[in-house]
Amino acid sequence: MTSALQIAMAVRRGTTTAVAETEDALARIAALNPALNAFTAVAAERALRQAAAVDARADKGPLAGVPFAVKNLFDVAGLPTRAGSKINRDLPPATRDATLITRLEAAGAVLVGTLNMGEYAYDFTGENAHDGPSRNPHDPGRMTGGSSGGCGAATVGMVPLSLGSDTNGSIRVPASLCGLFGLKPTYGRLTRAGTFPFVASLDHLGPFARHAGDLALAYDAMTGPDAGDAALADRPAPPVLPDLARGIAGLRVARAGGYFAAMQSLEATAALDLVAGALGAASVVIDGVTEARAAAYLITMAEGAALHLDRLRHRGADFDPEVRDRLIAGAMIPGAWVARAQACRRVFRDRMLAAFADCDVIVAPATPCTAPLLGQKVLDLDGQSLPLRPNLGLFTQPISFVGLPVVAVPVWLPGAALPIGVQVIAAPWREDLAMRVAHHLETTGLCEARPA
Amino acid sequence: MTQPEAETLIDAMAVFLALPLAADWRPGVVVHLMAAQRIAGPLLALDLGDHAQPAPVYTP
Repeated sequence: MTSALQIAMAVRRGTTTAVAETEDALARIAALNPALNAFTAVAAERALRQAAAVDARADKGPLAGVPFAVKNLFDVAGLPTRAGSKINRDLPPATRDATLITRLEAAGAVLVGTLNMGEYAYDFTGENAHDGPSRNPHDPGRMTGGSSGGCGAATVGMVPLSLGSDTNGSIRVPASLCGLFGLKPTYGRLTRAGTFPFVASLDHLGPFARHAGDLALAYDAMTGPDAGDAALADRPAPPVLPDLARGIAGLRVARAGGYFAAMQSLEATAALDLVAGALGAASVVIDGVTEARAAAYLITMAEGAALHLDRLRHRGADFDPEVRDRLIAGAMIPGAWVARAQACRRVFRDRMLAAFADCDVIVAPATPCTAPLLGQKVLDLDGQSLPLRPNLGLFTQPISFVGLPVVAVPVWLPGAALPIGVQVIAAPWREDLAMRVAHHLETTGLCEARPA
Repeated sequence: MTQPEAETLIDAMAVFLALPLAADWRPGVVVHLMAAQRIAGPLLALDLGDHAQPAPVYTP
């Protein structure tokens, strides 16, 4: 399957059409989705209509004819925004698309459907009690990771581009377990208008793709002001694509040590060794990561519980039990802990900014392990048996806590049957640096998204 | 906090929150509440001083 950049270029040159590319994507979905359970709705009629409209346009746009899909917490006109839940299926259908869908389609892309996800995004596994699990294309008996699990399952071989959300790692975890490039931009960079929330303090949206260039292409089409998201930053977002191939000359790269050097499998360490070695990274230890992760954990519990309290009261039996019990516990933690967690956020932000005085990019593991088996409940790390569900996000959670931009890049160790990701982290608003490093790692052959 | 203490807390909080709690939900809630307390430990021990401002800023 070709890249989004190649598809768009071919559609603009007239060597293919948006309709032909859309029909190809719909055929791949029909062939692969029954085994992978990535899609919860396929919008074939709408997609073909949009594709025909793109073909009829004089200015076809930077994403001309690129098929894409979205996690089912994005509003899509005519569908209830289920956010992985049973309860939300009773909502009236959305009357309009989420802003990011509108922006991608204005740039010529074609929405082909909505994707499976962990219920209400409170998940790192990609399992879903109502829709069944999304399955890892590299081994359908294994997890995709979550909560944007359908994005992971779909982007390997069905669509070249998808959009997910990331509160504590929900883009970076499935990108790691499915071997994809995933971008979690700076908090406040991309509008969340028209998506179902989880934790307003921590929610981000971003793209998955098989190439760093495709992430840049999509990102550039999605930035811009929007009154519909109160957290959206009022600052310019320079395009990333024009400078993507500038390479890494002059960039100072550090490897996260301390917290990020423990609690991981041999594969996670080896992948980081490979990336850090190629980038000439010196080790940097950041203090306070355990506390930062704790703070993100508690804010998530409390804000998630606040969002769902009425549904817990009246529809408790209709929740996925794994999600419900955690949300109920979240309603019971002291307010003083949450206020303290928010104060810790500012303190940890200052620490990370201080670390970026001496480097431009930090690399860290994305997940502690490769894709676990579906149904697995326990993660064995460093001689400890930990509950798997919260701990797949051990390394992503402290980074999104302070809103730093991250590209998850896919590594295949020699002879490995499964991929594993590495986080390429930059200072706030420097998506361009993380993307340049990701592109360099791809063009030098160290990172790649392989077909299943 | 012991498991019986967590169960007592959960039952009282369920009343306080007017949150009906089925018997088979309680074990899961106990696990998550005790995990939260364990994870909160280092954060609660951190010396933040009196002037660390919470992160969310309301912009009128």
